[in-house]
Amino acid sequence: MLLIHCPYCEETLPEAEFAYAGEAHIARPADPMALSDEEWRDFLFIRSNPRGTHFERWRHLHGCGRFFNAVRDTVTDKFQMTYKAGLPRPDLSAMKEAAE
Amino acid sequence: MSRYRIPGKGRIDHARPVRFTFDGRVIEGRQGDTVASALLASGIHLMGRSFKYHRPRGVVSAGSEEPNALIGTQRGGPDRFEPNTRATMQEVWDGLTTESQNKWPSLAFDLGAINDRLYMLFSAGFYYKTFMWPKAFWDKVYEPFIRRAAGLGRSPALPDPDHYASRNLHCDVLIVGAGPAGLAAALSAARAGAQVVLVDEHAEMGGTLLSEPQLRIDGAGAWDWLAATLAELSALPNVRLMSRTTAIGYYHENMVGLCQRLTDHLASPPADAPRERLWRVRAKQVVLAQGAIEKPLVFDGNDRPGVMLSGAAQTFLHRFGVKVGDRPVVVTVHDSAWHTAFDLAAAGMKVAAIVDLRNDVAPALVQQARTLGIEPLPGHTVTGTTGRLRVASVRVAAVSGSQVASGRRIACDALLMCGGWTPSLHLFSHTKGSLRWDAETGAFLPDRKTEACQIAGAGRGLWGVAAALDDGAKAGALAASAAGRVAGAGTFAVSGDRPGRGVVVRELPTDGNPGRAKAFVDYQNDVTAKDIRLAVREGMRSIEHVKRYTTNGMATDQGKLSNINGLMIASEALQKPAPEVGLTTFRPPYTPTSFGALAGYHKDDHFEVTRRTPIDAWADAQGAVFEPVALWRRARYFPRAGEDMHKAVARECRAVRSAVGMFDASTLGKIEVVGPDAATFLERMYTNPWAKLQPGRCRYGLLLGEDGFIRDDGVIGRLADDRFHVTTTTGGAARVLNMMEDYLQTEWPDLNVWLTSTTEQWAVVALQGPNARKLLEPLVEGLDLSDAAFPHMAVAECTVAGFLARLFRVSFTGELGFEINVPARHGRALWDLLWQAGQAHGVTAYGTEAMHVLRAEKGFIIVGQDTDGTVTPQDAGLTWAIGKAKPDFVGKRSLMRPDIVARGRKQLVGLLTDDPATVLEEGAQIVADPSKPLPMRMIGHVTSSYWSEALGRSIAMALIEDGHDLQGKTLHVPMEGRTIAARVSGVTFYDPEGQRLKV
Ligand SMILES: [Zn+2]
Repeated sequence: MLLIHCPYCEETLPEAEFAYAGEAHIARPADPMALSDEEWRDFLFIRSNPRGTHFERWRHLHGCGRFFNAVRDTVTDKFQMTYKAGLPRPDLSAMKEAAE
Repeated sequence: MSRYRIPGKGRIDHARPVRFTFDGRVIEGRQGDTVASALLASGIHLMGRSFKYHRPRGVVSAGSEEPNALIGTQRGGPDRFEPNTRATMQEVWDGLTTESQNKWPSLAFDLGAINDRLYMLFSAGFYYKTFMWPKAFWDKVYEPFIRRAAGLGRSPALPDPDHYASRNLHCDVLIVGAGPAGLAAALSAARAGAQVVLVDEHAEMGGTLLSEPQLRIDGAGAWDWLAATLAELSALPNVRLMSRTTAIGYYHENMVGLCQRLTDHLASPPADAPRERLWRVRAKQVVLAQGAIEKPLVFDGNDRPGVMLSGAAQTFLHRFGVKVGDRPVVVTVHDSAWHTAFDLAAAGMKVAAIVDLRNDVAPALVQQARTLGIEPLPGHTVTGTTGRLRVASVRVAAVSGSQVASGRRIACDALLMCGGWTPSLHLFSHTKGSLRWDAETGAFLPDRKTEACQIAGAGRGLWGVAAALDDGAKAGALAASAAGRVAGAGTFAVSGDRPGRGVVVRELPTDGNPGRAKAFVDYQNDVTAKDIRLAVREGMRSIEHVKRYTTNGMATDQGKLSNINGLMIASEALQKPAPEVGLTTFRPPYTPTSFGALAGYHKDDHFEVTRRTPIDAWADAQGAVFEPVALWRRARYFPRAGEDMHKAVARECRAVRSAVGMFDASTLGKIEVVGPDAATFLERMYTNPWAKLQPGRCRYGLLLGEDGFIRDDGVIGRLADDRFHVTTTTGGAARVLNMMEDYLQTEWPDLNVWLTSTTEQWAVVALQGPNARKLLEPLVEGLDLSDAAFPHMAVAECTVAGFLARLFRVSFTGELGFEINVPARHGRALWDLLWQAGQAHGVTAYGTEAMHVLRAEKGFIIVGQDTDGTVTPQDAGLTWAIGKAKPDFVGKRSLMRPDIVARGRKQLVGLLTDDPATVLEEGAQIVADPSKPLPMRMIGHVTSSYWSEALGRSIAMALIEDGHDLQGKTLHVPMEGRTIAARVSGVTFYDPEGQRLKV
């Protein structure tokens, strides 16, 4: 069972307290009615589904109830980091460099 | 008496005889025996029949990897029966009943063995080939045949009377396996002060040390050293020792599942003791010290009873004081079996020969064999065995190059084989840790780790006890240091160690036809070397395909003995080196685990929670029949004496239409939406307009997903400018709140709104029927209930029967109706007062079934019954609920998607059967023309169907392709033996003008 760090509670807790909520950084368009069918289709259905680093949303369902973002590796399943909703997509290559 | 027991030898209690039965025969064992060791002590090797061919089979191993000796065990009453228990793991006790499996009529004479002659029917891929054609044969021929012939054991038929426990545990270092490596690791970590958990699947800790008493460690005999070590560890407060405990799975972030067997070894378990306990251990560091598993050799006739692993014979001798035969022959490619042979000879067995495929066996071993009167046969192979229910002879032949000389027979009553050793890395594989082929040891060894773990001893290809102790000590110190302790690794002085070396072989060479050989690779699934070659010949290229086609490694032992041999044979057939072919994946559990242990406390009444409303006890006392809805239990109907459901529901419906009905609506989902932006928020979430809804009014709300499909619905009341009382479907409450939170937190965090679940804070009583106002009016204070002052779809805060209430004038029945919300703690009191007051007005309690009928008469949908996640507001005929002027709401854009506006969508319509007495079945399929040939195109299905007491006929709702265009058309519902004609209608069957609300 994975351990997940809630960026609001600032605690690392068992996966069972959390619920997955789909890919992150897919903002609802400000004016959906202005979108073409293709653009709306892409927003609704097209997801990245990568092998490796995945930006995704989780909710601390049985805790503070907040939605937040996470970087997780779909090969190892493991979380690389979590961050608050609304923050920009982290620059992973910069983080890697900083770590080295 | 046990002729094969050596008096005084082994670790069993010779002074304590234990009697149990095997296939009805009384067997005498000793305290400390397993079923396997006790049977062997009585000279019984034949312990079962194989899965496909029903070949006689004997015990192969002495541990949990056992593929053959699977027995049914009965512990006390008939409900305590378990199939497929490994005889090598089940400890004996007075009164234990055991039985062999897969035999009829008896173990010695089995009719199913005819399968052995029908090899072609069962060869590789037989699941895909033999039983493919003709289709009609499946029901009558193939399936009954397979069910009778194949399968392992018989399923328990009675509910499990035992109970099971589960616990969580956190520790610094979890060590799996209490052999020399695990014990040494535990010493290092425990002495450093780490919180240590040491587990072992056997009854006794010690692993290899139990089978190698000749060893001396730090000047003491192996068994004395073991006793002292266990005494030291168990005296430490920071150490927890758990025997009979199997690490079944290694999960993410160092969580390991343990299954502890608590009572299966006891003749009289303590009252109320759980049978097993599942532990979820989260360890900072894990040390895997699971040792290695001996490999069988693959040759013709390698499955006869009496053919077993040499290490097993050594364990039966030293741990249980049992001789596996009088006259064994050893066949090996590894030094370790030579030492076994020497031990057996020293214990008085006449070892006839040691057959070793290698030419270059160490001269000292050959010399010692001669000294002990054992014929050494280096450079020899085994080409076959004889014996029906027990091996009687072995055919051995000299090998030079690729030439196998003609052989000779050697009489024997046991054949002990050793194909080398496979590091036991199953748990490591659970973590997706990668393996690499090591040519030096001829084994796959751990490579890249994904978890905080150490692998010690034979698991890393380090053979011998001295190496295991040193490596374990280091691993334990590393683990303790990583867990934040200051640790060092002790060293051990070991003498009498016999590490040995060997080579890797595929099948043993033979002068016979390999295509005719019954050389088994997987004993439990009856897979032969020939099957694997056949799979490759028939096009299987990936080892995963070979595995599934042959079923090699897919039995309950997960290929502990067969995977490596299968891989070697496949790699030869594929003409690819073994490392390139790769291993199949091991998955939890390590050994078969009872459902009871996994379920733990979650059974019977504790399987899931039952939510009860404050009025539940009243309904129960009235004799209500309940039904589960989401996790609630709801009163379905209230039968009176002599009434069935149909009669009760008809009476309840009549009462609502003619007088007044009372309904417990407390399970309705409720969300309080509060804040300056509450109306804006609801504008964006729901299809309907909310901004102009006046406080004191309510409105039906429809919620879509962003894809345009209906997700939920319910009445929403506006109590103040900044406060809404939202109701949801009973099952949808949590989903709706989650969806609202999602949008509020992540899309519109700028909105100042608070969402609170209030489902369980309010008890709700619905009063529905022409007498509803008469009943309620005298109890209400602070509110004029007249139609003019408090019209349909009004909401107010007032006092009802002395309780502060939120009163809604709403109707899910089409009658004059009120829903009274009071704080849950007053729900029962309110109900009782209303019930009392209602007696003068003909009040009748009604349940969910009548509620469904009444709403269907009005064409009100139930989300999830009349919709299924692919239904839009247009499809459901709910376009009136869409705020046309709103620029946006969740799902609005999708209502213009090309596939949503296209023709051919299923639309909700009413359906009236030609015969008014016929009630359609919900879920029944609908066709346009029943005279068309089969298979007929289905154009829709019935979603709701009832007998309408008010209309005196049946009514139904259905989702039908372009249904809105089919008004008045006759469609057909084909059922078993007849086809029912029905006419498409509107969905509002009763009071279409809504006159009954205007009172
Ligand atoms: Zn949190």
